[in-house]
Amino acid sequence: MGNKLFQSGETIGPLTKPPITKTQLVMYSGASGDFNPIHTVEEFALEAGLGGVIAHGMLTMAFVGQLMTDVIGMEGELRIFGVRFTGMVRPGDELTCEGRVLETRIEAGRQIVSCEVWAATQEGNKAVRGHAEYAIPAEQ
Amino acid sequence: MSAELFQRFVGMESKPVKNEVEKGAIRKFADAIGDPNPIYRDEEYAKTTRYGRIVAPPTFSRTFDYGAIPDFKIKREGLIHGEQEFRYFQPICAGDVLYCSTKLVDVYDKEGKLGRMTFLVHEQKGVNESDETVFIAKMTTIYRG
Repeated sequence: MGNKLFQSGETIGPLTKPPITKTQLVMYSGASGDFNPIHTVEEFALEAGLGGVIAHGMLTMAFVGQLMTDVIGMEGELRIFGVRFTGMVRPGDELTCEGRVLETRIEAGRQIVSCEVWAATQEGNKAVRGHAEYAIPAEQ
Repeated sequence: MSAELFQRFVGMESKPVKNEVEKGAIRKFADAIGDPNPIYRDEEYAKTTRYGRIVAPPTFSRTFDYGAIPDFKIKREGLIHGEQEFRYFQPICAGDVLYCSTKLVDVYDKEGKLGRMTFLVHEQKGVNESDETVFIAKMTTIYRG
């Protein structure tokens, strides 16, 4: 197959997503079933002391998920994917998702890659930080 | 409010709920997150891949109904999502039927900048019709009572 193998220290991505819109937050609420009003109702979010609506943490995680599936490709498989939510994301924010390979090993004809991943706003504030492990075909 | 309030629910689990994985729901989810990958919407393309069917994005399992732990009530608006982790054992494809359940596995208090916070850790899983575990998710939410 001539698959490209990953190297320790290698950068994954980046994937820069278009700025988040309030419409997108409404779409994500509908698609995910998470109707917490802090994501869609301005008055509620202000009342809650958030200074306005904030994006779902899981939306940011989904962006990083897109980076993972783009990098892994159709022949690879994501095995572990976890994040910690470390910062608020608001409408207008432009998130860039990125990662770095920490370790690789060959196992039963597959390369197992573990990496750190994150998403940051245009100001460089990390919205999520996490880790992933995936497997890709390693045979030549 | 503190961990003591929830302690008696640790180890308790919801009754598994039947979820049918719908291709329309996958497409809507992919549209909402702005992921143009054809594997989420194009059946003809999906047939050319090793999956053969439309596949769900990595965080799609968030949309499933996991049922409720009996008598466990919490104000959802007061919850902050702290951490989320997925372990995948099999792909989730359109047409699959999954039985999903949630279990409270840990509760603890922590003093933070905003005062005392209660951390709730849930383990959610999806099991297919052959009784194989398809994924396990660990969700940590923070409650400020």
